[in-house]
Amino acid sequence: MSKPIGIKMKKSERRDNINGFLFALPWIIGFICFSLIPLLTSFYYSFTSFNPVKAPEWVGLENYQYLFKDPLVFKSLKNTLFMAFVSTPINLFIAMLLASLLNSKFKGRGVARTIFFMPSIIPMIAATMVWIWMFDPTYGYINRVLGFMGINGPSWLVNPAYTKWALVLMGTWCTGTTMLICLAALQNVPRSYYESAEIDGANVIHKFFRITLPCVAPVLVYQAVLNMINAFQYFTQVYVIINASSGGGSSNASGGPANSILMYPLYLFNTAFSYMKMGRASAMAWFLFVIVCVLTFIMTKVTKKISNNGMGGE
Amino acid sequence: MNYTRAYYKKRLKPIPIYLLVIILSLVFISPFLIMVTTALKTNADAFELPVKLFPRKIIWSNFPEAMEKIPYMRYMMNTVFITVLSIGGQLISTPMVAYSLAKIRWKGAPIISSLIIGTMMIPYTVTMIPLYKIWSGLGMTNTYIPLIAPTFFGSPFYIIIMRQFFAGLPNSLMEAAKIDGAGEFRRYAAIALPLSKPALTTVGIYAFINAWSDYLAPLIYINKTEKLTLSLGLQGFLNQYSVDWTHLMAAATIFVIPVIIFFLFFQRNFVEGIATSGIKG
Repeated sequence: MSKPIGIKMKKSERRDNINGFLFALPWIIGFICFSLIPLLTSFYYSFTSFNPVKAPEWVGLENYQYLFKDPLVFKSLKNTLFMAFVSTPINLFIAMLLASLLNSKFKGRGVARTIFFMPSIIPMIAATMVWIWMFDPTYGYINRVLGFMGINGPSWLVNPAYTKWALVLMGTWCTGTTMLICLAALQNVPRSYYESAEIDGANVIHKFFRITLPCVAPVLVYQAVLNMINAFQYFTQVYVIINASSGGGSSNASGGPANSILMYPLYLFNTAFSYMKMGRASAMAWFLFVIVCVLTFIMTKVTKKISNNGMGGE
Repeated sequence: MNYTRAYYKKRLKPIPIYLLVIILSLVFISPFLIMVTTALKTNADAFELPVKLFPRKIIWSNFPEAMEKIPYMRYMMNTVFITVLSIGGQLISTPMVAYSLAKIRWKGAPIISSLIIGTMMIPYTVTMIPLYKIWSGLGMTNTYIPLIAPTFFGSPFYIIIMRQFFAGLPNSLMEAAKIDGAGEFRRYAAIALPLSKPALTTVGIYAFINAWSDYLAPLIYINKTEKLTLSLGLQGFLNQYSVDWTHLMAAATIFVIPVIIFFLFFQRNFVEGIATSGIKG
């Protein structure tokens, strides 16, 4: 009696395996064609010299050696690290500030949330164009507003000392996604924690540092690393800014004033599609990939550690 | 006395919050405002000192003029074409894959799930060059196939949103249908899909906005003038010596409006999509 049932179970299990595979097949094919094969090919290309009209030719480690010799690689990496380590904390702070505001009760909260979030869904190209116009040293609104406060605004996108700060400022406008995630995290903090703290006579500052922050810390750390990973992919904004100032000719690829906004992905793009050195660009891409992998690894480790400690400690 | 003090305290307490919210809202909304007001100015008005926010006289003609300065309708049609097919592709592929992970118990599901999260971390720049090589080898540059084809194979972010939603559907429904003799595909198409309209809407909206505003992929694959998308076409307002700001802002306004309208209509889907995928992911 038990044998037929066993066979039947096996049969339905096998059918589930087949069905599951068939349903997932689109993604599996896509993964192999658009991720796995390109990833491995890119690794192979990084040891070759090639361009669209020339077949790949093996050059060994030359591309990687060049990486460490090229001053522009170093420069672009420095610019990108600036975005990762200066822009990220500022964005997180703004996102957290907005989320805390939205987490308190007031009339028109929904409207405020809409207004804070909306910039994040605007096409990057349109947003960047508006900001270029606002950054105009003479006719722009930012310097006009600074003028009201008695500050003589700089030539934001011309003076290499300010270009990256202009990007940072622009970035704070688009923290909507991080803000929403922070808000969800804030709303997940159990009410009862605050209530018992109030009975103990805790004030707002105490409540924030002793309850709110430990509870949302895992989410904040996760978002911080995610923002850093995104910083390593920072491309469209700088590409558009540089194009706008050079008159739209995409052939005159450069890095902005004194290469001050030459971001790593932009230099990679230029190397591949303007200088047509695709082997070298592949080596750059793999170097970037390793950095992102390390960051991702840190992200998962730290998040696990904090979420284990944070809840147990309080 | 005591009563009134407490009363005022309660009444006045939210005022700093209101003040902060109003100031921040003004700051966040001002770029939109500047975009629209610049679009309504004459060129002389936009380049007049001191800078004023509102136009001296409202000029509507910038909009039709902007649409003639670059082949706007042409670019719009190209963008709509890509967008519609991308949404279609995502809506066909995403729920299937998500269903496999959430509702079918099979051996591969855990591996596929972690692979999906893993691929989210691959930077586009790493796969960009080989993909370009493949597509150009197939003679597909200056066609929309490299932009549209990938959407028919599902994207990690959307699959995660869908999977989360399917996981919330009660298994009893599927089992009842199974007893009635419905096959897996039948259960998927007749039960799971009709129940998941909210999640499908979320995926559709994200797919719309991403396809509509995509910049990097068209930049790599499209360079023929008549084939450009709107996001690339906007650069037609930049020329060697100056930028035609009033017309550029008019064109940008028309480009941005559909996105804002969709967002305002489907705001809830956005917020939920981000909240579920952001924390769990």
